Formats: sequence, C-alpha cells, structure tokens
Amino acid sequence: MLQAINLVFDYNGARVLESVGASVEKGCILSIVGPNGVGKTTLLKCIAGILRPAGGSVLIEDRDTFGMPRKELAKHLGYVAQNMPVRFSMTVFDTVLAGRRPYLAWRPSRKDLERTAKIIEEMNLADLAMRDMDRLSGGQAQKVLLARALAQDTRYLLLDEPTSSLDLRHQLEMLEVIATLVKSKGIGAMMAMHDLNLAARFSDTIMMLHRGRMFCSGTPSEVMTPENIREVYGVEADVRRENGHLHIQPLRCAGLNHPL
Amino acid sequence: MSTNTEAICRRYQAHAHVRTLFLAFAILLLIVATAIGLCCGATGMSFWEVVSSLLRDMGRGHSIIWMLRLPRIVMAALVGFGLGLAGVVFQAILRNPLASPFTLGVGSGAGLGAVSVILFWGGGFQTYRVACGAFLFSLVSATVIIAVAKMKRASSETMILTGIALMFLFSSLTSLFQYMGTMEQVHEIVFWFFGSLSKAGWNEIALAAAMILLPFPILLRRAWDFNLLASGDESALALGVNVNRLRMWAVAAASLVTAGCICFTGVIGFVGLVAPHITRMVIGNDHRFLLPASALVGAVILVTADTLGRTLWAPQVIPIGIVTSFIGVPFFFYLLMKRSREYW
Repeated sequence: MLQAINLVFDYNGARVLESVGASVEKGCILSIVGPNGVGKTTLLKCIAGILRPAGGSVLIEDRDTFGMPRKELAKHLGYVAQNMPVRFSMTVFDTVLAGRRPYLAWRPSRKDLERTAKIIEEMNLADLAMRDMDRLSGGQAQKVLLARALAQDTRYLLLDEPTSSLDLRHQLEMLEVIATLVKSKGIGAMMAMHDLNLAARFSDTIMMLHRGRMFCSGTPSEVMTPENIREVYGVEADVRRENGHLHIQPLRCAGLNHPL
Repeated sequence: MSTNTEAICRRYQAHAHVRTLFLAFAILLLIVATAIGLCCGATGMSFWEVVSSLLRDMGRGHSIIWMLRLPRIVMAALVGFGLGLAGVVFQAILRNPLASPFTLGVGSGAGLGAVSVILFWGGGFQTYRVACGAFLFSLVSATVIIAVAKMKRASSETMILTGIALMFLFSSLTSLFQYMGTMEQVHEIVFWFFGSLSKAGWNEIALAAAMILLPFPILLRRAWDFNLLASGDESALALGVNVNRLRMWAVAAASLVTAGCICFTGVIGFVGLVAPHITRMVIGNDHRFLLPASALVGAVILVTADTLGRTLWAPQVIPIGIVTSFIGVPFFFYLLMKRSREYW
C-alpha cells in the first residue's frame, strides 16, 4: 500500500496542506479532487518526493520514503507531470527508455531495450517510436509520458491531471488505458483530477480536498453528493446514477439564482 | 519477444547506429582538417613532406611543423572541443537554446581578468599572467552563480539572470579599465578579445588539455541525467536525478572547461553556441552522443577556421575569433532556414 500520513506543506509562510493523508492499494485508483489551488498537485509532489513537506510521512509497503535515495524511490514510485516542456526534443523511444534510468548503466542493456519496446507496443505507440516528441499531438505526448513512467516498473503511479490538455475522446482513451493498466498489472494509482464525472467513473476511491485539508473520502457515490459539491466547490449540482455510472450535473453557483 | 517488439528494437538500434557513424565521421573530419591545416602555411609543404617532418627530425620542416603549425592546430582542436562540450552542457542545464559557454558571464569574467592583468600587472611571463587572471576571474562568475543558485534554489532562470547581471558588471569594469589604459595596453586588450592561437606552445597546451579533457568523462557519465533535465526538473527529480546537485556540478565542470579554453587563447565566441545546434540537427538530443559529437564538431570548426585564417590573407593571420564568426554565421543561417521544426 502507498500511504501519505498527515502531510503538511507550507509555501512562503502560507499553509497549503494541513495534515492530509491518502492511501491506495495495488490494483486500485484513488482520485484526488477539489477546486483550483486546493493543493492536489502539491500533495502528489510531496508524495513523489519532488517537494519536501514540513511534516508527515510517506510509506510504501510500510517503508518510509523520506530517507530513501532518489534512485531507489524512482524504482517504487512513478510520477507523470501534467505536461512536458519540449525544448530539446528526443524521440519517443529515447523518452520511454529514459524511464529505465533507475536501472540503467551508461549503455542500455538488451533487457532495457526490450522492456522499452514492449511498453511502446502495449501503448500502441509503435508507429511513433522514432518520431520526435515535439511532433506528437497532446494526447500522444501524454501517452508517451505514461509509457515512460511504466518503464520505471514501479508498483505505484502518481498522475497529475492526466487528461488536462486532452479533448473528450482522448480523455476517455487515456483513462481507459490507465484503468486497464492498473487492473492488469496490479499497479496502484493516485490521480489529481478536475472532471468530477470522469473521476467518479474511473476511480475506486475518491478524496475531496477543501482549503488544504481532506474534506471527505470514500467510494465515488459516498463522496460525490450534492452537499459535498456545494460545500467544496460552491456549486449546486444534481447527482444521479444512470447505466451504472454516476452523473454529476452542475446546476448553478451556490448563492446565485441563474443556472450555469 | 514478439515480432513487433523485435522490430521496434531493430529500428532503435539502426537509429543509434547512425549516431555512432556520425561520431566516426566527425573524428575522420577532424583528422582531415588537421592534415590540411598542417600542409597550409607561409612555407609550402606537400603532404608527404609534412608526414616525414612529423616523424623525423629534418631541420627546418621539422621545426615548422612541431614548433609552429602542430601546436596551433592542437590548441585549436582542444579549444573547439572544450567550447562545443561546454555549450551542450550549459544548454542542457539551463534548458535554453540561447545558452553558450559565455551565457553565465564566464567569458566576460575572463575578459575582466585579462584586462586587469594587462593594465595592473604587466612585465615578464605576460602570457601566463594574463592566462592566470582570465582563468581566476572566469571561475569567479561560476562561483557567484553557484552561490546565488544555492541560496535561491538552482532554477535555470535564476542562473541565467545572475549570469546576465554579472556579464554587464564585468563588461562595464572592462570598459572602465580600457578607458584608463595607455594606447599600447588598449591595443593588447583588443587583440586578446579577438582570440588568438599564436601564443600556443606545448606547455600551454598541456595545461589547457588538463582543464578541458579531465571534466569530459565526468560530464559524459551524467549524459542520462542531462537527457532527463530536458523534460523538466520535476520529471527528472521523479526519475531519481538530484537536479540541484547536478546543476551545480555541471556549472562548475563546464566553467572549468570554458576557462581552460579562454585563458590562453582569448574569447573565441560563437563555436560554443553553434556546435551543439549543428550536431543536434543531425543526431538529435541524446546527450550520450551529443556531448562527444558536439565537442568534435567544435574542434573541426576551429581547426578549419584557423587554417582559413592563416591562408586567406597570408602572410597576415586573421584572428580566429573573426574567422569563426565569418564562416559559422552563414552556415548557421543556412541550417536555421532549412530547419522546419519549431523546437530544438
């Protein structure tokens, strides 16, 4: 299990996270939702070891990650950023191969190359393998970043808004890929998400953050209630279950009479 | 392994093969450029005369080759190698295609050091004193940048802005010192800024070689980390790279290389900016190949520029800094125009 316990993070004297905890089992998806600036990305970065929290701890299978060397941590935990700054572009193969960095000697072994090629094939990126990253669409690039995290062969993945720059079709495709990987490979995934409908549809558990604290957590139907959405987002919403999925329909901003 | 996976591996290996071939081609080009450089000069010598002068002590020919032409060419190759190498490192750690060995004020620091020595510490062993001044002041820039970056987190933006501020400060001080100098001193200062290989002797070459070549394997070992930096600090951190420490060490190593290049030859700009880009356009951004290839391309450019500088207007020698820009800029423009992509 990947567990974050009582994480506290301050930025320029202001408290961003106040005793936030989160956990995910292997083979499950936890989505972290909440309004802009509530600390979703900060929480993921603290768990990934990119930001150093002022308090709390992160455990992987009961082992504290804070004392772990970076290279060691990268063998347990993969992190996929929202997007990748493309300045000096590499090929798709080289980018995915770079995910093997925690295991790589200077010259990649046959095993590293085969593992990279296999992931590229599984992610349906074979036709793009030798294309430069800057020549990919947003959806393709996001898939490559996920492929790179998979090349790390970690047991847990942290995904920061994996659908943020994608159109509707690619959002669904990306989340289908993630859900399939999580179930088939037994990976545990934590995702920061904006879209409540997609979060409800693809997550096993959801955690709602409010003002830097955990507001509630549980199954999608426990968390996605009109009351919680009103309290956290300030939006009146209608929540219904249709065809086995939760549908969240925003109606109006709380306190305003005109509909959205 | 499935057929598809095998096919992807083969395509990658073919791609890697092209990059290895480019390295071999660059080495071959350097050998050819060196051979041509050895044959060209005020005293006409055929290729076979050069070869026999190199191998046997045959009076005048031997002296011309061993005392005049070879040291120049070896120094040109070393300095080009160093600038091409340092250029890639600075562009990688600052994630900026405009970065060069001079972006962080290392060049202007060296200039201030040289000017200070020429003005305030003239006399015997002038070459070594100027070199010493240039070397020490160029490392001052690197030290200040590392100190500031350490205090304010080592972001590339912090480093670039500190470097630019230092560059303006050093340039102003250099101008002030030039204003205070005599005609002879100003003449010497201007000549130093042109860049020149004429003072290269074997002792200087040995010193420069140590500063330029020793950091090379250290930098090459971190090639994967430079690759990961291209995808952002956070991604690199998440993949196990200690980004801040890497930046500090890389700045220190690349500044040492740059200082080694500048201290005996003066400021030879442009190579450090264009050699990485020319190489990148052919073999891409994998630093395992880019670091040595860019260094070799830099060496080829400088050896060629030196040969042209010695022969175009013989017996006058055009300073290498000027020739480098004259041949490098049009070639670079050509590559820029040919390039169809938005990114590097």
